[in-house]
Amino acid sequence: MNSQSEHDKAYRVSLPRSVVNWFDPRGRRMGMWAFVLNRITGIGLVVYLALHLVVLSLLAVGEESWDAFVRLARSPIILIVDVVLIAGLLIHGLNGIRVSLVGLGFGVRNQKTAFVALMTVALIVLIYAAWRVFSA
Amino acid sequence: MNWHVNFRIYRYKQDGTRPHYDTFPIEVKPDEYVLDAVERIWAKHDRSLVFRHACHHAACGACGMRVNGREKLTCITSIESVTTDGGTVTVEPLRNLPVVSDLLVDMASFYSKMEQAQFVSVRAAEPMVDVSTRQPAAHPEPAVRFENCLECGICVSACPISGTDPDYLGPAALAAIERMVKEPRCDVNVSSLLKLADNEHGLWRCHTAFECSEVCPSNVDPAALMMALRRQVLVDKVKRLFGRRSG
Repeated sequence: MNSQSEHDKAYRVSLPRSVVNWFDPRGRRMGMWAFVLNRITGIGLVVYLALHLVVLSLLAVGEESWDAFVRLARSPIILIVDVVLIAGLLIHGLNGIRVSLVGLGFGVRNQKTAFVALMTVALIVLIYAAWRVFSA
Repeated sequence: MNWHVNFRIYRYKQDGTRPHYDTFPIEVKPDEYVLDAVERIWAKHDRSLVFRHACHHAACGACGMRVNGREKLTCITSIESVTTDGGTVTVEPLRNLPVVSDLLVDMASFYSKMEQAQFVSVRAAEPMVDVSTRQPAAHPEPAVRFENCLECGICVSACPISGTDPDYLGPAALAAIERMVKEPRCDVNVSSLLKLADNEHGLWRCHTAFECSEVCPSNVDPAALMMALRRQVLVDKVKRLFGRRSG
């Protein structure tokens, strides 16, 4: 196995190219689209968590800097970012339920139906959430 | 009526030149197969083109390639199913396996993982008719059987995880282990197979993209078999946790 790995390293596809392939669902089927969506939303949520912690640290700076952030948070561009964040949460969370069940052998034959159903739920909730965000 | 089709072929030689694509405009019959066209390119246009094939009827699994970005057995992929008259067909080697030259990949790592799975395709005889009722005998899984696997490597090429973890056993080997665990034969040690599958380069590396099952030319459905094995491993772990061992 080890000597084989050495052999593979000599002329296999580069690792960066293989990572790019994670995000390339062209010509693929629904399971791959679900995989790509989960990867993208997962990375997005991790980035959001980091930003969130940075923003919360403004509280330690003082009242003025926090108020400035709150004014920024009410701008239309940030509200759009909020809707994108909700979309990421819904897609990752609901698809995560499907992945957990299927990954443990439950409902494997119906994984495509489950994906469509859960993404339909995500879309409905997202439309409602976007309406609440912009009408608040 | 013949079609004029451009075949865009991936080219790679181990002489330091960069991989590139060569385009060969050739005349084909629409119901010919992609492998027929590749063979004609080799015979009439470029004798340096390297590819692999053998049986021409989907029994050997040697001619797996990517056709327009999707894994296919080229001997059973008709040209009319992937393009139209005047169109272009891109033919590339399988992914996630080392390219030796042009369309030829080195299958050694794939076969070595299949060997680790210790799959034995010889099974006990299956009666076609139940002698007591004179009715066709019921088979446990008549449609999906790993015994139909061609070992073509197409599932590994389609798997997004196989590209980033060279030690990942891959869909075919894990599905083979599931079959051997489900129906042990030839004194294979089932517990050692379960140990092989139950680790970070085994069952738990799969991220359920299901592409292996989508592209499998034999409809073996390796993803479903892997998930079934995961379930069994998990049930065994839970039983052990509560002091009960499965038989």
